[in-house]
Order: sequence, then C-alpha cells, then structure tokens
Amino acid sequence: MTLAAVPSKTPVPDLERVARVDEVGVNERVARFQSRSIKTESKIEALKLVLAMIDLTTLEGQDTPGKVRQLCQKAMHLHDRMPGLPHVAAICVYPTMVAIAKKALGQSGIKVASVATAFPSGMAPRSIKLEETRMAVAEGADEIDMVISRGAFLQGELGFVFDEIAAIKEACGAAHLKVILETGELGTLDRVRRASWLAMHAGADFIKTSTGKIQPAATMPVTLVMLQAIREYWYNKGRMVGMKPAGGIANSKLALHYLVMLRETLGNAWMTPEWFRFGASSLANDVLMQLQKQATGVYQSADYFSKD
Amino acid sequence: MDTQTNKLAFDGGWQYAPAPESTDHIHIDERYGLFIGGEFVEPADGGYFTSINPASEEPLAEVATATAADVDRAVAAARKAFKGPWSKMHAAERGKYIYRLARILQERAREFAVIESLDGGKPIRESRDIDIPLAAAHFFYYAGWADKLEYAFPGRKALPLGVAGQVIPWNFPLLMLAWKIAPALACGNAVVLKPAETTPLTALKVAEVVRDAGLPPGVVNILTGAGDTGAAIVNHPDVDKIAFTGSTDVGRSIQKAIAGSGKKYTLELGGKAANIIFADAAIDEAVEGIVNGIFFNQGHVCCAGSRLFVQESVGDEVIRKLKDRMETLIIGDPLDKNTDIGAINSAAQLERIEEYLKIGREEGAEMHQSSCPVPERGYWCRPTIFTGVSQSNRVVQEEIFGPVLAVQTFRTEEEGLTKANNTPYGLSGGVWTDKGAKIFKMTQGVRAGVIWANTFNKFDPTSPFGGYKESGVGREGGLHGLDAYVKLEV
Repeated sequence: MTLAAVPSKTPVPDLERVARVDEVGVNERVARFQSRSIKTESKIEALKLVLAMIDLTTLEGQDTPGKVRQLCQKAMHLHDRMPGLPHVAAICVYPTMVAIAKKALGQSGIKVASVATAFPSGMAPRSIKLEETRMAVAEGADEIDMVISRGAFLQGELGFVFDEIAAIKEACGAAHLKVILETGELGTLDRVRRASWLAMHAGADFIKTSTGKIQPAATMPVTLVMLQAIREYWYNKGRMVGMKPAGGIANSKLALHYLVMLRETLGNAWMTPEWFRFGASSLANDVLMQLQKQATGVYQSADYFSKD
Repeated sequence: MDTQTNKLAFDGGWQYAPAPESTDHIHIDERYGLFIGGEFVEPADGGYFTSINPASEEPLAEVATATAADVDRAVAAARKAFKGPWSKMHAAERGKYIYRLARILQERAREFAVIESLDGGKPIRESRDIDIPLAAAHFFYYAGWADKLEYAFPGRKALPLGVAGQVIPWNFPLLMLAWKIAPALACGNAVVLKPAETTPLTALKVAEVVRDAGLPPGVVNILTGAGDTGAAIVNHPDVDKIAFTGSTDVGRSIQKAIAGSGKKYTLELGGKAANIIFADAAIDEAVEGIVNGIFFNQGHVCCAGSRLFVQESVGDEVIRKLKDRMETLIIGDPLDKNTDIGAINSAAQLERIEEYLKIGREEGAEMHQSSCPVPERGYWCRPTIFTGVSQSNRVVQEEIFGPVLAVQTFRTEEEGLTKANNTPYGLSGGVWTDKGAKIFKMTQGVRAGVIWANTFNKFDPTSPFGGYKESGVGREGGLHGLDAYVKLEV
C-alpha cells in the first residue's frame, strides 16, 4: 500500500502545537469524577440519559439478519414494563446489515450507524474504504463509524490520515462521521490528544475511542483527554464535536462516572444523545436493572430483562 | 472569535442531588473540660466558650478556656509523666503506644472526618480523603522511628527535650495535631497542646483516644483557649520546646518572647506561594493544579499557590480554562460528598478575606468570581481570581488565607524566578512544564521550603516541610522532623 496522499484542501494542523498531556494529572482528575456521589432523582435522570445515549451494538462475524432484527426490537422496546423509558440513540452494525436494521427500525427515530473502512483493522486501500462508506450510506446508514489508519499515524504520515478522514467525510454526504482512533493501539495519551485534533480538523462529527476489538478499549483517562481536545477545538473553532467512548463500559456506575466527566468538562450543551454516545452491547440491561432497583428498592434477577 | 458567546454552560441541566454524609455515628459532648494528666478537668476559673459550625453558625459544644493556672497544671502533669514512665520506658514500648493511636484514628476515621468538617467547615471529601488519613499516616510514620533514633542520628545519642508546648492553627486541626504530637512522642517528650479556638473538637476527641489507648497520664495534655492560653504555654518557664504553626505576626512575637530563654523552637508561618505555568506545560492538568493549589481547603492553606505566574503566550488560554473550571466547583454544605469548597472557617476570617477583595478592586485589579450559588447562613466566599495585578498590589504581596488568586504573566524564566522570589515569604512553590531541565532550573531557583513540579499541595509524612524567610524556622515531617524534638549528645 502506498502512503502517497491526495493533495489536501485544508492544511494538516501542526500537531507539535497540540497541548501536552500529563498522565498523572489526568488520572487524578478522573479519580475526582469517580468520587462524585450520584443519588436519588439525579441518579434516575442520569440513568435514563445513559439509555438514550447508547449505540446498541453488534459487530460479530456470526451476525445474522435475524439477530440484527432482534437487536432492533430491543432498541425500540428496552423494557416496556417500565413506563417512561427513552429508546437508545442508535443501532451499530456492519454495512451488510444496514438495510435490515433500517427496515426493522422504521419510523422509531433510532439512527442506524454502520462501521466502515475495513473495520476493525482499517487495513484496506482507500478506494475500497470509500466504496464501503458509500455503500453503507446508500443502504440507509445515518452515521458512519470509520477507523483511522493507525499504522500510518504511528509512522508519522499525518497527511495521509488527515486526507483519508476528509475523503471519507466527503463520501458520507449527509451521514454523520464518527472517527475511531483505536486508542488502545496509540499507546500514549499525548498521541490520543494529537489524533483527536487531527480527526476534528479533518471533519469528524464525532471522535470515538475504540472498535471494541482491541484491549484496552474505552477508559476514563483516554476519554477525558479526548473531551479536553473537543473543548480546545470548540474554543478555537467554535464547532461542537461529539464524543463516543466504546468498549468496556458495561455497568451503570461507570456510565454515570462518564456523565460526570462529560458534564464537568464540556458542560450541559454536550449532555444529549446528539453529542455523546456510549458504544456498548451489555450496558443497557445493567442500567435497566439499576432503574428497577431505584423504583422498587430491590434488585431483580437478570432473567427479568430481555437479552437480544 | 467572540469569547463571550463561545462559553461553556455549567448552570442548569443535570445537577447532583444532595449527598450528605451521615452524622448518626458521631457524638459530641455538650461541654468539654481541659485534658490534663489523663482526664478531663474543669478549668480553674470556670470559663467556657462556644465552638460553632461555620456552615450553619449553630453552636456545636462548649469548650473550656485554659488560663495560666491551668497551663501550670498541664505543664506539671507533662513534666511528671516525662520524668516518670515516659522517658524511662523502652523506646519500642513507646512506639507501641503511638501505633495504637494511629490505629484508633484509622478505625474511627469516619467519625473524625465528620467532626472535622462540622467544626472547621472543610468539605467532607477533603477531611475524609486527606486530613484524617494523613494524620494517621504521621502517627504510623513516627511510631516507626521511636526505637530507631540511633539510626536517625548515627554516632550520636538522641535525648528527649522534656515538655513540648505546641500551638496549632484552625486550617488542618487534626493533621497539625498529628504533625506536632507524633514526632514529639516518638522522641520521648511529653506535650501540652493547644488547638485553635475555632476548631478544638477533633483535638478533644484525640484526648479521648489518648485516654482510651491507655497512654500514661500526662504524656499528652490538651488545653483549649484563645491567644492568651497560647501565650501562657509559650511563656511557661518549664516548657523546653515551642512548636507553633500559624500567622507570621504571632510567630514573630513568639520568637521575641522566648529569646534568650534557651527554649528550642520550630515555627511554621505564612506563605504566598508562586505557582509558575510555562507555555510547554500540560495546560489542562496545570489548570487542575492551579485549582488544587488555591481552592483546596477554601484557600486556608499556608502553602497555597496564591500567586499564579503564567507564561504570556498561554496567559489568555489558562485564564479562560481556569474560569470555566471554576464554574464547575460546588460550594456549600461541607458534609455533602459533592462539595468542593466548604465554609470559611470563621466570621473573622471571612471579614479579613472580604477586606482583601475590596483592597484588590480599589487598587484597580480586575476581579472574577465563580457564579455558584452559596447558602444563606454561614460564612462563604466564592472562588476568586484577580487579573491585571502587579508585584506592587497588596493582594499579590500579603497572605489572604482564602480562595483568592492573583494572576500575573511573565516572559522569560528569569523574569518568572525574579517575581516568584520577590516576596518576604518562602514556604512553597510550583512549577509546570513538560521539560525536565526547566524543572531542575526553576526548582533550584525558587527560594522556598517545598517545591512541587507538575503537581501541587502533595503531602507525605516522610517529606520535610517548612519555610524560608518569613515563612518560618525549622522543619516538620520526615527525618528532619525528629531533629526538632531531640538534643544530640556524642
């Protein structure tokens, strides 16, 4: 594969000028978010918000149309016995499943997100990545979750990565573009911050931590660094960019810590499914169990909550 | 770009519901006597004063005022304990008693944290996570030294001084008590300690712990009272050593009072620390460090980073981020687990802080405060920064001891150092940069007892603490802290 880049329309930002990150300081800040105590009505409100922010995800080689339809049913009917619940933000699937999900979700208002660009490795020529993106959009995807070329980024081929994101953004048309940095492969928080900066300048509507296929996936320190980059970008350019931590957020308590972090870093404007998503498959049921506990004072067995 | 419209919104929206720490498990007596010779006794002249909760202005307990006669009794009890069991006891046995105090403090940590927050106004998050664990850690640390003094001072014999008179401030009541009592006991001294008049309760609770731990009567005596009580302790002829933490003015008068008396002394006094942010620092983390440096414990910290120096190319960025961060700080009920900034310790201190806010504005500085709502009752001060100030402003020169930060910019390392050192104080300082060589250059150049690099307000029992210039004499903590409580013989 050649790294020779198409000439870019906008100049690649100078990543040397991106703010440094101090890992110890980031971890201390995260510990402060984790020490916030979320009780009673503020807990219920936040748990419902978490549900509304979920990108309910299935990204397996063994996915079938039937499984995707079941997941769509779950997305629309999280737990009908409990009144007043929101639906999730989106279903996240492979491109071949987009049409099936689109049809199953109908007029529910739930978005269809499709991974693209040779997810999860990103190891394919650009022409194929573009074709895959156009195909997913044509099938009805509202959102495209692309992966960056980590190899090129780590080699210092920043122009290549920048142009690729910009090209995919163009191929997305009206669909929103989420750019997956795969932070577990970037190694340092400084690189996470730089990659975030590059993706936002190249046109990302959202930046996203991980594919979920690599460990570590989303962590609070990594997400904080990305939120700080979003804030910096907004200070500089006045454009809001969304955030999606994905992978490893499996329980309510952790999700609430993420909301605390979001609130205290970016403020209320970002506290909606339009600007923040959780990429998760098992989080929803844990949140439902917690909501049940808040309502009745006791936990119910997991068997009372549907698993799709 | 218009920075006014492009502002992060932290008001409204999702808020944290109240999460108050329970007070069911604590007990405060209606009235406390003086702890002399292992028991609580009535004060000689029968006087009592009231300790209040600064967050509600409600009374918490009545506390005795110790007069000269009480100080006489306490010093006599301490002398007796020193001559009798304490200094003759095998050092390892002495260590056991100190370990016991440390363990009881740890076991009763929740209770101590709640009382510390009730009496002093500090947020429960800080008393729970910092004050009480650190106090216990000091006892553990010095307990370990008790039977190892010959290794601390190789080739010399470390003998106890006798009776130590100790006077502590209201900003870290239990922690300062630990800093004072733990090394004194480890070296074999007996103590007479006076807590501050606005925060006596945790010291009185320690008196109960001392009694319950079975320390020989008189080894630890706790006398409550105001300045007169402190003066009586300092001036008592049978006290061998004075350890004081508090204001520079009082420290100066203590030095005068004991001049020529032969009393050994350590003074830990005021500060006006420089926190220096370079353009190549991790700015977002540096902003956290600024917040931690000045707003920790309502700014009632002698080593608070109250003078901020920002390299000019990142000046606007740092101030903008700092202002946004200040909006997320929650002021209110100290017992709420989500409170970041508690109550100002006393009406008098609030008045003093407000006086400085007035002075700052009158001198032409631009004042910015966070917009967080504050409760109606109690003593409160919003986090405050002054910009547009110079070295000549009083808010830059004088210790305010509140959540008030004075911000200046600098261009070169030399200018930063010159301004940082242009103060009569020298207790602490902070340097923020991604470049290691600059850390070494700056930390060697700043004339202060403690300098933090890429962090602020970090404490550990093993690390000595103390000031240059008007910030004090002597060191507390670590190996150096032992030196203050022994006389060395060959």
